[in-house]
Amino acid sequence: MNDAFPAVGFDVARIRADFPILAQTVRGKPLVFLDSAASAQKPRAVIDAMVNCMETQYANVHRGLHWMSERTTDAYEATRDAVAALLHANDRTEIVFTRNSTEAINLVAHSYGRGIMKAGQAVLISEMEHHANIVPWQMLRDAHGTELRVAAVTESGELDMEDYAAKLADGRVALVAITHMSNVFGTYTPIERIIRLAHENGAKVLVDGSQAVVHRRVDVQALGADFYVFTGHKLYGPTGIGVLWARHELLEAMPPFMGGGDMIGSVSFERSTWAHVPHKFEAGTPAIIEAIGLKAAIGYVEAIGYEAIAAHEAALTDHALARLATIEGLRVIGRAQDRGGVVSFTMQGAHAHDIATLLDRQGVAVRAGHHCAEPLMRRLGLDSTARASFGIYTTHEEIDVLAASLERVREFFV
Amino acid sequence: MNRPGVSGPGTTTLADDVGDLYQQVILEHGRNPRHAGRLTAFDASAKGDNPMCGDRVEVFVKYAADGTVARTGFEARGCAISIASADLMAEVVAGRAPADTRAMFETFRHMAQTGDCPDCDATMEKLRPLAGVHDYPSRVKCATLPWHALMAALDGKGSATSE
Repeated sequence: MNDAFPAVGFDVARIRADFPILAQTVRGKPLVFLDSAASAQKPRAVIDAMVNCMETQYANVHRGLHWMSERTTDAYEATRDAVAALLHANDRTEIVFTRNSTEAINLVAHSYGRGIMKAGQAVLISEMEHHANIVPWQMLRDAHGTELRVAAVTESGELDMEDYAAKLADGRVALVAITHMSNVFGTYTPIERIIRLAHENGAKVLVDGSQAVVHRRVDVQALGADFYVFTGHKLYGPTGIGVLWARHELLEAMPPFMGGGDMIGSVSFERSTWAHVPHKFEAGTPAIIEAIGLKAAIGYVEAIGYEAIAAHEAALTDHALARLATIEGLRVIGRAQDRGGVVSFTMQGAHAHDIATLLDRQGVAVRAGHHCAEPLMRRLGLDSTARASFGIYTTHEEIDVLAASLERVREFFV
Repeated sequence: MNRPGVSGPGTTTLADDVGDLYQQVILEHGRNPRHAGRLTAFDASAKGDNPMCGDRVEVFVKYAADGTVARTGFEARGCAISIASADLMAEVVAGRAPADTRAMFETFRHMAQTGDCPDCDATMEKLRPLAGVHDYPSRVKCATLPWHALMAALDGKGSATSE
């Protein structure tokens, strides 16, 4: 995939050595970082790529007629190629850089929603969406007169396919916007079936791949998706850089999102014309250094290989579920068959915030709260859960530390 | 503090590590709050909401004929800190005039943020076990949320946020 990163097989000790932060101690204890689903740590390759850019090869892109700008433009645009290859996009011009997944979804809600959709048409989401895939569609509804429909999830944490099909049936859904992997349950949605059903009913599909792209190979053409979004910082890359992939003809038809420099053909005070896709959607100086960091992150992940990553994380998740099952009063939320390395749980007699604070004191970082999925929490009758999430650098021993630490939390509160 | 199952001679226990935050008083009030529940008759109420973490509390106030706070009750869904804080609050504001209660909130907020309470009288000393939150910045709002709701109730507002 990338000559700079020869495949090395899966060696978690070697991988951990690539992440400088993992050598840190917290409160005198080794850091056990189980919050990668919120944001992942960064390998040396990403850090070096960004520092190297700033030290040796930095200028603004798409403007300068000088050597530095040309080199920087090449490096920035090379990330577009790397992302196109990562997602198996048909064409590099289908890759639009955004700040994050949230901005990518807002771009579609604005440019496709207001620009292409008609009042009275509907957007269909699911009950297990992140706020980022709920709020933009509410804003579209309120501004544009579209309808917002919500497909149910089952008690086991899976999409209720009957309800989903029923909500598509009247043919008024123009867009399905749905997660590829739940940030609360770790559930993978049956995305191929979801897309097929949507297309049969005349709807386009936006897939929120923020979690999934970290754990599984994504092929947007094989999936048949229309829009796919992800963010760099969960994929071991920097913050401030995200991706919208969309079919070329959709991007061509959509009006711009933001106006400014870099997105124009020509400007006069009477009127302006737009740059070609994808630059039409990239107003202003982009996140140049971050894009270069993202390319390094993609190279790093590809060198390890998604197959090896998926196998490692599946073993970790099985181990975690087995260990957590032995802790009295602990309940794992969601029992989906097809799941990745995200495990949410509650503990009788201990609130999630108290669990997180007590785990933190033992050097274990987990997330606690509603995970930016308040409607899902309400649906489950919960206020909050604690969530442990795993990455390529997570070890079985860290899961054991989590389980032993949770035993101590239980003893503390019971 | 010594708790079963977590102590051992010569080792640092979880209880030692977090004893400053989870003092016995807090664990007890968190587990068995005395003032939990909606009052059957109340003159004012307000909801408190911490949108970042999802904690929710609703506070109910019954005034005495002289305008002082006769009784406070609360319904809460939150952590041990927020429930213990709501319970201790209900205890210390009983019999106080609204102006006094506001002053107590300012004193308590200072204590929660800094760990210090130079002007603490005997009543405010009852809140001292909550002073440990100052070492846990993300948890300060857990302790102050019920007070924000109480202030909103006294001001005749329906809701408050600890953001």
